[in-house]
Amino acid sequence: MSGDPFRDRRTVAGLAREIAAVARDLPRPVTLMEVCGTHTHAIAEAGLRRMMPGNVRLVSGPGCPVCVTPVSWLDRAIALGREPGTVLATFGDLVRVPSSAGTLEEHRAAGGRVEVVYSPRDAVEFAAAHPDLRVVFLAVGFETTAPPIAAALAEAEARGITNFLLLPGNKTMPGPLAALADAVDGFLMPGHVSVIVGAEAWRFLPERHGVSAAVAGFTPADVLAAILALLGRIVRGEPGLDNLYGRVVTPEGNRPAQELLARTFEPVDAEWRGLGVLPGSGLGLREELARRDASRIPVELPEPREPAGCRCGDVLRGEIDPPACPLFARACTPENPVGACMVSSEGACAAWYRHERWAREEAE
Amino acid sequence: MCLAIPMKLVERTEFEGIVELDGVRRRVSLMLLPDAEVGDHVLVHTGYAIGKVDEREAAEILELFRRYADEGIHEFGEEPPGAPGEEP
Repeated sequence: MSGDPFRDRRTVAGLAREIAAVARDLPRPVTLMEVCGTHTHAIAEAGLRRMMPGNVRLVSGPGCPVCVTPVSWLDRAIALGREPGTVLATFGDLVRVPSSAGTLEEHRAAGGRVEVVYSPRDAVEFAAAHPDLRVVFLAVGFETTAPPIAAALAEAEARGITNFLLLPGNKTMPGPLAALADAVDGFLMPGHVSVIVGAEAWRFLPERHGVSAAVAGFTPADVLAAILALLGRIVRGEPGLDNLYGRVVTPEGNRPAQELLARTFEPVDAEWRGLGVLPGSGLGLREELARRDASRIPVELPEPREPAGCRCGDVLRGEIDPPACPLFARACTPENPVGACMVSSEGACAAWYRHERWAREEAE
Repeated sequence: MCLAIPMKLVERTEFEGIVELDGVRRRVSLMLLPDAEVGDHVLVHTGYAIGKVDEREAAEILELFRRYADEGIHEFGEEPPGAPGEEP
């Protein structure tokens, strides 16, 4: 496909026709959910939503780590950043996300120290170079990002860098998928999360929830192929798991990464924006790493406050499409975002704003 | 965000490697992919190799991600365009 956009376009058109044909046999209108910021974007960019027959609705779920991070967690991060001698180290993705007490960007403008890093290792190096400072790494991200964070922490342990701490906020996908399984007819599984956990990690969806799951790559054709597989299973009444990204995702995933995760973290109940507290859906630090756990440092927290009028939570449940939010494209744009789903370029609101022009024009 | 960028592993020691993309070399940790071999195309996420892909797949992913990069879709950890801050 590489280097030949015309062939790609032909594949897409062919798949769209097949989808239309299969959809005629659907017993009822169906909702398919993707849970991956890159899928959100691929669907919007390629206009896949409009290629769907009327009885197939594509929605975005809680697949954007920044979007699902609750305001209370960011409040804690900023409160920690105000402690004397403390530096917050973070992925750039978080700096513009609103908390009850403003954004990390505003915290920095007010004199707080925020180090933006590409890798959690960079935060470990920063801690090594500044032994007099307490470096708190803001640990967000799903199963793809948690192993690198665990690895960085293991490195800090091995090198005796004691001033490197984590604010645990990593999340795992099974919790929200189980919570949403009744509301959808099929899931498109995230490709790179699956590289770590393995395709078989999603077997519980058809087996326990009767909902099909298809692991998908990131090209428009990849996404359509996964949609076709899901629709076929719905028509046949045979819920199951399909790995359509087998050239990258193995059934068992990355074992060394899984083992490191298990040595570092343990499942804890975690709050998700829009979904509330989901049992066992967060990664807390294991007891033996308690001294690395910045969430144990007592800080005063404000009453958590979401931006007024923002419906990011409803969008993350797939309950509404972004244009149904009264702020969409009016008070809330990528240039002046109000809520997390617009702040993150992978959020559903940002993707709709950029690519689903019709929706924006209707709102404006 | 959960994006991992395919790069070619050109050197390695026990836990560390050097990956290359478009002539640019980067240090990468092999802690999560201990069996990676020089010459492999590896998926790199926040400074760590997390999986392997074949060469054709690597080229396909790269082409796609280059297109998305213009709109701020990036590997987790890379600074989104428009957000001020130190360069990663």
